[in-house]
Amino acid sequence: MANEKFSTVTSTCIPLPIENVDTDQIIPARFLKATTKEGFGDNLFRDWRYDGQDQPKADFVLNDPTYSGEIFVGGKNFGSGSSREHAAWAIAGYGLRVVVSSFFADIFKGNALNNGVLPVQVSEDFLAKLFKAIEADPKTAVTVNLPDQTITLDATGDSEGFEINPYKKNCMLNGYDDIDYLMSNKDKIEAWEKTSFY
Amino acid sequence: MAKTLFDKIWDAHAVSEVTDGPTQLYIDRQFAHEVTSPQAFNGIRERGLSVLRPSKTTATPDHNIPTWDQDKPLTDPISKFQVETLTKNCEEFGITLYGLGNNKNGIVHVVGPENGYTLPGMTIVCGDSHTSTHGAFGTIAFGIGTSEVEMVLASQCILQPRPKRMLINIDGELDQGVASKDIILYVISQLSTGGATGYFVEFAGSAITSLSMEARMTLCNMSIEMGARGGLIAPDQTTFDYIEGREFAPKGEDWDKALAYWSTLTTDDGAEFDKTFNFNASEIEPQITYGTNPGMGVGITGSIPTLDEIDEAGQASFKQSMAYMGFQPGDQMIGKKIDYVFVGSCTNGRIEDFRTFCDFIKGKKKADHVTAWIVPGSRRVEKQAIEEGLIKIMTDAGFVMRQPGCSACLAMNDDKVPAGLYSVSTSNRNFEGRQGPGARTLLASVLTAAAAAVTGEVTDPRTML
Repeated sequence: MANEKFSTVTSTCIPLPIENVDTDQIIPARFLKATTKEGFGDNLFRDWRYDGQDQPKADFVLNDPTYSGEIFVGGKNFGSGSSREHAAWAIAGYGLRVVVSSFFADIFKGNALNNGVLPVQVSEDFLAKLFKAIEADPKTAVTVNLPDQTITLDATGDSEGFEINPYKKNCMLNGYDDIDYLMSNKDKIEAWEKTSFY
Repeated sequence: MAKTLFDKIWDAHAVSEVTDGPTQLYIDRQFAHEVTSPQAFNGIRERGLSVLRPSKTTATPDHNIPTWDQDKPLTDPISKFQVETLTKNCEEFGITLYGLGNNKNGIVHVVGPENGYTLPGMTIVCGDSHTSTHGAFGTIAFGIGTSEVEMVLASQCILQPRPKRMLINIDGELDQGVASKDIILYVISQLSTGGATGYFVEFAGSAITSLSMEARMTLCNMSIEMGARGGLIAPDQTTFDYIEGREFAPKGEDWDKALAYWSTLTTDDGAEFDKTFNFNASEIEPQITYGTNPGMGVGITGSIPTLDEIDEAGQASFKQSMAYMGFQPGDQMIGKKIDYVFVGSCTNGRIEDFRTFCDFIKGKKKADHVTAWIVPGSRRVEKQAIEEGLIKIMTDAGFVMRQPGCSACLAMNDDKVPAGLYSVSTSNRNFEGRQGPGARTLLASVLTAAAAAVTGEVTDPRTML
């Protein structure tokens, strides 16, 4: 299914300066029982966001009205652990379009891209700068420009480039997904199968 | 040109290369379960596609099923719906399903190898990160997201960026009481939970080649816990002996052909890796984790790092982890009181694990305050345990064996450790809430878990052998 086209996002940010945020935190296993992709945003960071009585924890960033926006900024090694794509569905379902970190787990990165969520990997220094800028002014705007592959702190003009595979960039810009490509390639698949050992 | 084992298998499965993009990789075998497949089947339907090669996908419900009363209808209506959805999807698309109660049911990564589905040189995927388990047979096996499950159903292919290659070489002999679980927990503690991200790992060296197939599976299973795309071991006589005679393994003339092919599956002399680590097996002691990711582990006689040993950027996470675990930096691990023991999962739920467990507990008694969940990885493992008299040993020592499934590894069913209580677990993840909201998990080997079950506290199993 085609995703929304992605070009440039300018938004305030939601910061979570914790390292090694795993996909069990992004969406705990007990919420994986749905058979559709909808509704996972309600349980994004469920156990950090709500207490045992399902009451919002006031000190968690998603419950703090100071912070909002379409850009999430996380600590190093974001999205480690389980391959559950539900983590990407929860992030997209919450209304986030970009996740910034200095390092991403591989499977999470792929899952995010397959759901129109852009993972932006920045240097440790730039990440520290972002966290500081957001702390100083929670309303500070950040622009993520996919065509130019840049992320910019609008107030200061501080900017850094980020890497994205050209194929995936094209998919994101146009809302294509991999199945469109694979299905156009069926003759090659059948030809390959003739050479297969298994 | 000299090639690594990884490159040989990858190149043999490259259907095409996308310009400036990923490789279109052909997948020989897909495993599916009830939790990460329904949206993929929905996608196939919505696009009006069919499953290209139904015989190359095998399904079994494992994640959310109860480990008790499996012959009765599921009581959780949402789990029931998910399991029924898998059954309907498999029927509609002609996919082999080993449903609840089937004698081949169990955890996907236990069922695949024990039935001879997993064979050297294959590419294997599943919507589960512990698909890396199958790398023990010399396969490229890795976990994928649901969009990718849909890709494989539709085209038997997946688009993947080519990972870099890492060699982890472990020579030397393991001490008595030290298992492959300890090797991998040790390696992860040295490399960290993201230390192999972007890499596919080959494990080699005398300490690896002397491991049984089941021990190799435990090792490869946890390669994902250091961020690796997967981990593999070159197939050898141990591998061939394990596979021979299994139901879906090649037979007769096909077996001879397969052996000829499999014997080419080694890394050539002089092949280059992007990164290499060397470890000495004799320096590894039984391991235990103290924190909330699998990289936060120490030798069992060691202690938790002090705050000044943690770099500044990691301090917030470390403090959060200590608060969650109820531990203090610098604490000794030995002697910490525990409440639960879990033996099972795709990491340590095979017959050898239960033999090891029973050898240890024979003639001993479970500590009264400990709740133990002993959960076989499959129906076949359960049957073997019964036939070998392991159940009697467990019963005599105060343990009960449950029915197969993922169980308390991720606590999607009722097997949840209560908030604040400590569990010594043979599974693979100690993330916050992994074994239930607020549950505190200490990852360890089967022997270390058995010792804790008997003493009721963290215990060096070597002192009890």
